Amino acid sequence: MEEKVRDTQSFNLSQMPAGSITKVVAVRGGGRIAQRLMEMGVVPGVSVKVIKSAPFGDPIEIRLLGYSLAIRRNEASAIEVEG
Amino acid sequence: MDTERSNSQILNIALAGNPNAGKTTLFNVLTGLNQKVANYPGVTVERKTGNWSVKDSPALLTDLPGLYSLDATSLDEKIACDVLTGEQLGTVRPDAVVAVVDATNLERNLYLVTQIVETGIPVVVALTMIDVFEKQKHVIDLARLSEFIGVPVVAVNAKNGRGLAELADAVGNANERGGTTPTIETNRKESENSTIFSRYKFISDAIQASVKHNDRDAHRVTDRIDRLLTHRVFGLVILLGILLLLFQAIFTWAAVPMDLLDQGFGALGDTVRASLPPGVLTDLIVDGVIAGVGGVMVFLPQILLLFLFISILEDSGYMARAAFLLDKIMSRVGLHGKAFLPLISSFACAIPGIMATRTIEGRRDRFATIMIAPLMSCSARLPVYTLMISAFFAGQYFFGFVSVGAVLMLAMYSLGITAAIIVAFLLKRTVLKAPPTPFIMELPPYRMPSLRTVLQNMFERSWLFVKRAGTVILAISIILWALAYFPRFSETTNDVSGVEVAGESRQLEQSYAGMLGRTIEPVIQPLGFDWKIGVALIASFAAREVLVSTLSIIYNVGRDANEESETLISAIREAKREDGTPVWSPLTAITLMVFFVLAMQCMSTVAVVRRETNSWLWTMFMVAYMTVLAYTAAFATFQAGSYFGY
Repeated sequence: MEEKVRDTQSFNLSQMPAGSITKVVAVRGGGRIAQRLMEMGVVPGVSVKVIKSAPFGDPIEIRLLGYSLAIRRNEASAIEVEG
Repeated sequence: MDTERSNSQILNIALAGNPNAGKTTLFNVLTGLNQKVANYPGVTVERKTGNWSVKDSPALLTDLPGLYSLDATSLDEKIACDVLTGEQLGTVRPDAVVAVVDATNLERNLYLVTQIVETGIPVVVALTMIDVFEKQKHVIDLARLSEFIGVPVVAVNAKNGRGLAELADAVGNANERGGTTPTIETNRKESENSTIFSRYKFISDAIQASVKHNDRDAHRVTDRIDRLLTHRVFGLVILLGILLLLFQAIFTWAAVPMDLLDQGFGALGDTVRASLPPGVLTDLIVDGVIAGVGGVMVFLPQILLLFLFISILEDSGYMARAAFLLDKIMSRVGLHGKAFLPLISSFACAIPGIMATRTIEGRRDRFATIMIAPLMSCSARLPVYTLMISAFFAGQYFFGFVSVGAVLMLAMYSLGITAAIIVAFLLKRTVLKAPPTPFIMELPPYRMPSLRTVLQNMFERSWLFVKRAGTVILAISIILWALAYFPRFSETTNDVSGVEVAGESRQLEQSYAGMLGRTIEPVIQPLGFDWKIGVALIASFAAREVLVSTLSIIYNVGRDANEESETLISAIREAKREDGTPVWSPLTAITLMVFFVLAMQCMSTVAVVRRETNSWLWTMFMVAYMTVLAYTAAFATFQAGSYFGY
């Protein structure tokens, strides 16, 4: 993996609008949540598409590695993505 | 061929893989009907094993719960992990593992495979969904993939049998070759994030070398369906519709078979009584055993229908959508989206509902769900509601067309739900306070439910219900029967049935059960109940529907009466206290219903809660809080109602 020059702006997945496609930069937090997310394939370099959000705005559905994953915005905010 | 084989010659094979990867379908095909469902010792996770044969040798195939990673999060996953590492009580470390990998979801499925390979056990990958994969015009070089990851890869199709023989051979060969030295410590529980990353990197390289993906969007159909089913507005509406259909099925469609079962058991009881000499033993068999077992079996149609529906919804992939839609609302109350299924199931019966909480990962979330599940008005309460409404609110309407009875039913259900919400909220704020369990859930593509899987699922779960409820209710029925039977009231009752029935009532009055009723009378008087209702209340603490039959006996209507029986209804209306005032009023009826909504009156549920929580403390807490809640609410209802002159 190439070294990524850090942008001054960083976005997290929770901020990405429905329909957007982005790439994972890092998974912050380093706890159970971060570990679980990574085990499910949310690793740096992976391409993620935000599909939609549930009624009331939470959780959201994302597409990665060919499958759909539902996560809360809380979990999604730990996923740093390219703008 | 030896006729005797030592155990070590039976291969122990474990079937592991992600949820929704087609693992169970494969298991069913490999083992046919030679399956057994039991429990792992000490835990309530089901253990499914079956007979398979590998290269002419018998093999025991264990279907492990689906898991995403050997670093387990939920109880189900922990069990699967422990079996693979040989740490699960009651199992031996498998000789080989068949790792089920969904071809349409390679990367994530292979993650687990890399972990299993590291444990050193021989692994063979069974690649499922290969038909879907090929239909999407992807191409895979199995040999290349196998070379890369170091284990044989066999494409299988459970539906048409493709690859199954090959799979068995590969497993046999792998077992003969033996395992490799483990490259991870088997009891290390956490992977470093860098390890996870490097595993995925490795997988990505393997896929690049062996798979050519067609870029066409693979999710078209599922996405189209989801545009409706997880729509911000329509999604919830449709969910509500599906739930209403579920309830319609449970309550209306099941009614006919339930009546038949009821009559069947009644007839059986009569036949047995007629063919055996009169005496204690006969009474025990007819009124204790047959009545007890019959009481449980009557609910079987409902249980079967409930599980049928749930299996279909699960197998199709819809259940995940339901949790997705409801998670936000449930989180507000402190519950996890996955609590939806257990709570819905509890409307038929809390026992399968509570068992279903195993998929909830956080211990505290799970316990909170278990604690409130019995507040979802289960079907055993229906006879009670029906009796009370028929006796005091029949034929009454609001505004000339809205049935008072229906409104009251709805009110009782709502009361239960409201109480559950409040209790969950309080529990999660106090005793069960915990950081919210993350919601990270796969939304599998929609699939046509497989009839075989659905039916098998339905029968398995229903059987567990029958076994559990059957043993406990049977035991309690016998005890209750004894309490009502002894001490014996002696009077010659060989005349008309009228006299015989009066004798039954006197018998009840002076039995231990009757004495208990008199004892608690002061306590239940503020609720508007007299000692006879007290006896019925005590009896129904074992099982709610027992109220109806007990009241029938108390009021001399004969034990065959049910909640629609005219004679029982008029007996209730006309029952008088010693001073001549009526025992029952519409207010009393409502108070009784309120009590039944909130009280823990089911020994089987208590038994299951004890099992699932592994804690007498929590079980007793549940009984205690519900009793207090029921008493307080009934008290408030009766006192307030009396104050306002009802």
